[in-house]
Order: sequence, then structure tokens, then C-alpha cells
Amino acid sequence: MKNFYGPTLFLDRSDINTDEIIPAKYLTENTKEALKSHILEDLHLQGFDPGKDIAGKNIIVTRSNFGCGSSREHAVWVFEVNDISVVIAESFARIFRQNMFNCGMLAIELSKSDIDALFTLGTDTVISVDLEKNQITAEDGQGRKKILSFKLNPFDRELVMAGGWLAYADSKY
Amino acid sequence: MGKTIAEKIFASHLRDSPSPANVVLAIDVVLCHEITTPIAINDLVAKGMDRVFDPDKIKAVIDHVTPAKDSKTAMQGKILRDWARRHNIKDFFDIGSNGVCHALFPEKGFIRPGYTIIMGDSHTCTHGAFGAFAAGVGTTDLEVGILKGVCSFREPKSMKVTITGTLPAGVYAKDVILSIIKQITVNGATDMVMEFSGDVVDQMSMESRMTLCNMAIEAGGTSGICMPDRATAEYLWPFIQDSYASIDEAANDFKKWHSDPDAAYAKELKIDVTGLKPQVTFGYKPDEVKDINEMEGTPVDQVYIGSCTNGRIEDLREAARILENRKIAPTVRGILSPATPATFSKAMEEGIIKIFLDSGFCVTNPTCGACLGMSNGVLAEGEVCASTTNRNFNGRMGKGGMVHLMSPLSAAATAVAGHITDPSKYI
Repeated sequence: MKNFYGPTLFLDRSDINTDEIIPAKYLTENTKEALKSHILEDLHLQGFDPGKDIAGKNIIVTRSNFGCGSSREHAVWVFEVNDISVVIAESFARIFRQNMFNCGMLAIELSKSDIDALFTLGTDTVISVDLEKNQITAEDGQGRKKILSFKLNPFDRELVMAGGWLAYADSKY
Repeated sequence: MGKTIAEKIFASHLRDSPSPANVVLAIDVVLCHEITTPIAINDLVAKGMDRVFDPDKIKAVIDHVTPAKDSKTAMQGKILRDWARRHNIKDFFDIGSNGVCHALFPEKGFIRPGYTIIMGDSHTCTHGAFGAFAAGVGTTDLEVGILKGVCSFREPKSMKVTITGTLPAGVYAKDVILSIIKQITVNGATDMVMEFSGDVVDQMSMESRMTLCNMAIEAGGTSGICMPDRATAEYLWPFIQDSYASIDEAANDFKKWHSDPDAAYAKELKIDVTGLKPQVTFGYKPDEVKDINEMEGTPVDQVYIGSCTNGRIEDLREAARILENRKIAPTVRGILSPATPATFSKAMEEGIIKIFLDSGFCVTNPTCGACLGMSNGVLAEGEVCASTTNRNFNGRMGKGGMVHLMSPLSAAATAVAGHITDPSKYI
């Protein structure tokens, strides 16, 4: 299983699309690693600097309809190769969400009020995801702490445990 | 309780129910292109799983960047080409026979009512126009589809969109779908199949239904879908005439897929298009839509007519109505990419290509082209394009560029005027 713990990147906008996560011009790459430096390169978000803000982050917290647009799994791989294995949002676009679980990564949905609560924390917040308790613990440098419960679709959970859909499907179908 | 068309297709293709909310379906057709498939192929090879579940149920095309523009895109084409040969995938379309996947595959008769279809491309929802369940998927889903012929989905919820009234002159399926997305937003149909019905849809050509279903994904929809009927049977007739005694018999048989009158829907939307004006997007999201007269006068640098949304013969005919005996503005670069070789050929026969050329348009080979800024027609920073495509995302057609989505008729009028304009004054 992947690592579901670490410093958090807050992206305070809804409808962040796959072209913003990884522009189409990089879809000519045939390795995941080649995508690494282009993460969120075209993100339309005031004050966001992809060169500085992403380094060392393992978890993303954002608003609604994250990952809308293209089916490109590159939008998940570019997170994977940057050691980001969890995205927490109010909602996801279907294909992006499925791609995350298909790669054994976590796309966690929380209510708007829970997402609002996470956004009150500092930019130095560290989040850990407990898959046994279905709980997220978020704590910032000033000691402010939020403990939030989440629900995971049982099939999605199996995919995470299996390390993704290919491994699951190959053993079962 | 009755069933929706999506529920009927799911029930007839069910392979497994791994949890109460999830199903694994048998897939009838796995479609592939050179952007999302090569990584799947490389991964399968690396894992010692370089197999295909059924070469006759896999169709592949090189369409996004063709002819190849550089070494990397040449390699993507080569990986797909070599793979198709090695696995005896006969329906592989390369230079000379290739075109935009969601226009080409229907033309070849691969899409049938009641089918399940996946492709590593979000606009796969287009094929729902034929009464199929067709969903865009990522590369891992594509890999499993290639290997096992199955794909997982959540239980299908449907949104019923009933379209009634009379389409005004100069208003098309593109304007209808843009107005729907405006109303329900880019998130309005997430995890739902958008089922389009009503008199307006019944009267639409298959091309128009494809335009409608094509943009279901821009509202988050899993698939668009229309009830297969006589128009569907007529379109498919060359491919199904051995199976049915007549077109009417085929149309009648297709009714088995139709949603039952008492089917349950997660959402319902009714729209009357009688007073609808041509629509245009203004921002970086496909739900940021205005009546075109509200954007009147916005200068454009490029006009692009093509793509899986609006690059079919019907679209070219409409644009040509305006371009005939007119020149496009000297400040505008006009680019036409007919979606398929058959479209190109038909447009030649009908004199449409000449009309485009005489008006000052350049005509490219069939390709996805400028739509996603991967090959030709890329915008410079600060430039504006009026486009018949489906996405106006930030940077979509080139970093710092702005894309205004509209119908082919509105795009042609805009090319002539040099700025966004209501096409009604030209028709």
C-alpha cells in the first residue's frame, strides 16, 4: 500500500481540471517519471506557484469537482511520481476518482463543512489517513487539530488494498 | 419498477457485483488511440501480460497527432501500430484511413444500440448517440479492458433531459448542449448517464445526437445516451442489413433498449428550445455560457472548425452556408479539420472544401488538431480562438490562449466578421 500521511497542499478552488493538473502537450511522454516537473503547471489559482508550493507535499485538500475534464490518467500519475497519494475534496469527477483508486491511491470525499474546517488550518498542516478507523487527522504547526470521519466505497477500499485495479482484475476475472 | 436504457444495458452485460454499489460489466468494444494506449501497452508488456481479450472487439486509431510531429509522437504511433499488428487487430486506422476517433468509429459501424464501449478518452460519451453505454476511462481501465474485456462502474443513475419545442434557424445541437451545461453546471451530471429525449432529439440526425452526447462529459456525465430509433437504424443500415429484413424491423428491435415509462431518474430537466439563441462560452469552464449577442464584437485571432464535437459533414455544410462567396477577415486564421476521410471526401464532392479554401480557410487532414493544443493550431499567449470544439479550459489550445466554444455556423460567421457575432445576419 502507498503512504497516506504527510504535509498538505491546499488548493482553494472548485472545478480544477485535468488540463491544469497536467497540460495535454505532455501527453506525448511514454513514462510517468517524465511528467514529474509539470505538475499543476497550468493551474489557474491566484498566488499559487507550482515551483515552490508543491515540494514535500503528500496530500492535497481541495474543493468540489476535482479532476474534471479529460480521462488522462497522467493527472493521477503526475501526483504519484511527486509522492502525492491522497486527494481530499468535496467531490470528484468520475474518471479522475476511478483512476485514483485504480492506481491504489485515495480520493476521499468529505462534506463541505469538513472541507471548510480543513481550510481553517495553516499551510504547514500534516494529515494522516487511517483506513481502519476511516478517519483523517489533520494538525497544523500551531497545534490546531481536526479529526474527521470519512466513508469509503467497499470496492474502492479493496482496490487500495490490492494495489490497484489491474492486480485485482487479473486475479479475479 | 421500470428500467432506464442504461440499467437495461448494465443488466445485460453484468459480469460481477464486487459491492452493492459497484458492478463489473462485459465490454463489447474497447476503442484505443495513440495518446492513452501506448502507456497501457508498455505497462502490459513490462508485466508480462501482453495479451488482448479479443482482437475483433478492439479498434484502434492514430488521431491526436497525425502525421507525427516529432520523435515522441512518432513513437506513440509506432507502439500502437506494432501492437495492433502483433495482436492481429484488423480494425486499426493509420495515415490515409485515420480520423477523429469519435467520428470515425461510428462511421465504420462499430457502435451499436445496447453495446458497452470504453476508451481512454473522455469524449467516448459521444457514442451514446446510438443507444450505447459509452464511457471514457483512464489507462488502467483501458489495460484491464484490453486484457479481460471488463470494466467496473458504479450503478448507473440517470438524468433525464427532455428537449422540446422547435429549434430556431441557426441554432443547433451545440447550442442546445451548451445551454444545458450552463444550466446544470460542469458538475451537474457527475456519476450520471445523461439521457436525452423529447421531440427535438427524435428529429435530430445521428450527427447532431453525437454533438449532444459528446459534451455530456462537460457536465460530468458518465455517458450521454439517446433512444435508438429509425434514424439510428438508417445510419447503421449498411452494417446491419444481414441481420434485419428492413430498416423498420431494425428500428423496432432497438425499442427493447428504450427506457421504460416508469423508470426512475436521479434528476430530470426539461428544456424548451423554441426561443434559444446561439450560445458561446466566455471563460475557462464549459458552463460559462452566454447568448452570442452578449459577446458581440469580441475580436478573435483564429477560428477552428473540426473535432469530435463538430467536425462532421453536417457541421461543414452549415459553416459553408455562411462562407460561400465570402472571405474571412484578414485578421483571422481559419482552420478546418474535417473529422474523417469520409467527411473530407464528401465535402470535396459537395464543393464544400473549395468554399472553405476560397474563403481563406486552411484545410488540414483529419485529426484532433487544434482542439487540445497538442499538434497544429496552437495559440500564442493572449490569442483568442472561436472554436467548434468542446473544452475552453485554461491553456487548452496553448498556454495563455482563450477559447470560445460555439457552433460551426457561429464560428463561420465569426471568421467572416473577425469578431464574435450572431450568425443570423448572414443566413
